[in-house]
Amino acid sequence: MQKDQDQILNEVTSGEYKFGFYTDIEHDSIAKGLNEEVIRLISGKKDEPDFMLEFRLKAYRHWLTMKMPEWAHLKIPEINYQDQIYYSAPVQKAKLESLDEVDPQLLETFNKLGIPLEEQKHLAGVAVDAVMDSVSVKTTFKETLAELGIIFCSFSEAVREYPDLVRKYMGSVVPYTDNYFAALNSAVFSDGSFCYIPKGVRCPMELSTYFRINAANTGQFERTLIVAEDKSYVSYLEGCTAPMRDENQLHAAIVEIVAMENAEVKYATVQNWYPGNKEGKGGIYNFVTKRGICKGDNSRISWTQIETGSAITWKYPSVILRGHNSTGEFYSVAVTNNHQQADTGTKMIHIGKNTKSIIVSKGISAGVSNNSYRGLVKVLRGAGNARNFSQCDSLLLGDKCGAHTFPYIESANHSAIIEHEATTSKIGEDQIFYCNQRGISTEDAIGLIINGYAKEVLNKLPMEFAVEAQKLLQISLEGSVG
Amino acid sequence: MLVIKDLKVSIDGEEILKGINLEVRAGELHAIMGPNGSGKSTLASVLAGRELYEVTSGKVTYKDQDLLEKSPEERAKEGLFLGFQYPIEIPGVSMVNFMKTAINEMRKHRGEEPLSASEFLKKMREKKDLVEISSSLTNRSVNEGFSGGEKKKNEIFQMAMLEPDLAILDETDSGLDIDALRIVARGVNNLKSPHNATIVITHYQRLLDYIVPDFVHVLYNGRIVKSGGKELALLLEEKGYEWINAEEVNQ
Repeated sequence: MQKDQDQILNEVTSGEYKFGFYTDIEHDSIAKGLNEEVIRLISGKKDEPDFMLEFRLKAYRHWLTMKMPEWAHLKIPEINYQDQIYYSAPVQKAKLESLDEVDPQLLETFNKLGIPLEEQKHLAGVAVDAVMDSVSVKTTFKETLAELGIIFCSFSEAVREYPDLVRKYMGSVVPYTDNYFAALNSAVFSDGSFCYIPKGVRCPMELSTYFRINAANTGQFERTLIVAEDKSYVSYLEGCTAPMRDENQLHAAIVEIVAMENAEVKYATVQNWYPGNKEGKGGIYNFVTKRGICKGDNSRISWTQIETGSAITWKYPSVILRGHNSTGEFYSVAVTNNHQQADTGTKMIHIGKNTKSIIVSKGISAGVSNNSYRGLVKVLRGAGNARNFSQCDSLLLGDKCGAHTFPYIESANHSAIIEHEATTSKIGEDQIFYCNQRGISTEDAIGLIINGYAKEVLNKLPMEFAVEAQKLLQISLEGSVG
Repeated sequence: MLVIKDLKVSIDGEEILKGINLEVRAGELHAIMGPNGSGKSTLASVLAGRELYEVTSGKVTYKDQDLLEKSPEERAKEGLFLGFQYPIEIPGVSMVNFMKTAINEMRKHRGEEPLSASEFLKKMREKKDLVEISSSLTNRSVNEGFSGGEKKKNEIFQMAMLEPDLAILDETDSGLDIDALRIVARGVNNLKSPHNATIVITHYQRLLDYIVPDFVHVLYNGRIVKSGGKELALLLEEKGYEWINAEEVNQ
């Protein structure tokens, strides 16, 4: 642990976004702009069955009727959707022996990101699907997992190889009509991960998708679908980074989770898209729809998110609690610094009896950033004995940032018990002095306090990632205390 | 070890310390006594490096170096410890993590390897017994939800862990019941050695029934108006601070 602390210290003093490099690789990109032709082109490049193209076109036509949502506590500059590239794939130059091989340049890119794609080098017990721009580059441990009947592959592959499963579940949790960005994603999504855990199987390793935006002027629109059959279990982790650029890039993703009877799915995100520079130039616009459904009785879905990146974050990982006795959990740490804006939270929809939800949200704001929690707890009439506990804490560094909480509670059942606790605090100058007096520097003191504050959420992450996340929090706040 | 010469300190333009002179050598235990508002806590804070105060003149030498030039954490790493009058709560940061970070920062400063987990826990156990602080306290967040007495005991516990060369205890006795007072005093006495020094700042003579000072100084209205041996404390107890007032007026 001490070594980690030292490393953190080093990284703090050297600061800056670490993943801002660009890989100079040839891209197969289509022209800028969005229309039905572009959608047909994307679908054609992916060799998709007809039902997919129809789905895309329906979504696109619906999107045209929609307006960008304006209810979030965000200032979003106008986005020109015709000025984006909707498909860009890195071209693998080297002649490859087999389909499983990856261009060394891409391997190198992911190595630099700390995501080795050679199985023997990889963190024991983590299978990775690596996605760069619009395509999946490589999925590791596919064969090992297949022995247990687990399907873990890129979304494109799933569309080709398991069309029935995709057709059955895609859009079943987040329909393309759901919201503006969901409709956009459904029209133009290019890749993502697919994961299917058969009945009674406990997935023996962490599954993980790593998203990397590399090409300029390109939006990333990926889709992830996780289906956990009865009595199955899977823990999933998502990471993401992008090069530093002066222009804003668009990222609009969908994640759908289906948990059947007695199934459990844990989904964790360490979101570290490029946040823009200190003056607020550049950075990713991150508009994401994540939702899970506890379809079967006694099922459980938990979302954990560490949000440190992006210029704008608009994201509400939610759980529909349809099965009786099902449980939804949301644990979040959202950090905003400099000019970053985040409006993030969750929705817990209680439909089944004895359903439970837990919400723990920890916002940290610094610089001139704005950080909002927005959450809905909805109890339907049939949800007898529904139970919710929400805790929303905000921590402020300095006096130029903002923290806001927008909790919505709708209950149609009198037996429901809903609790909401909220606190706002500042890191006190006296706390820092107390640490200083014990020989701890100001930066380290802030690291201690922040990590202490976020501990409840960090503890929900798998061990290796908890350490990463701890460092990330401190780096994100580097220089925010003068 | 510590030499204070003509130290003058203001806060918001108001002069609080009006020329303090004091010398503390290794092995000595000094008591600084005085009524409320005489500048006792200001002196402690300035020595520890609190930025609220402005030093307008004077010089403080600690271990032959200019103390006032150093940052608070440098002073701490050089072995200067302040026992806070009102210890600060740090929610979410465990005592174990806090102490481990502090100790290892100091070890690093001295060019020593960090303590291993087992060495650290062993040290924790030893020192815990010394101040009779219960394990349940050290397993909690720093000072969070501690009673007044527990917080003060925790200050002595931290002092025992960090083994400072110069400890300044700012009204560590205030708000303590007699049992806690005894424990705190025992801690201070046990930690005393020919190599370190202690400055005990107190309002009451009561603590000095348990801690026997080599020197007693009376701080009054920003100046040390009287210095003497432990008998001075008894005299003060008997006659009260008005006696000093009268004496000073007479001068």
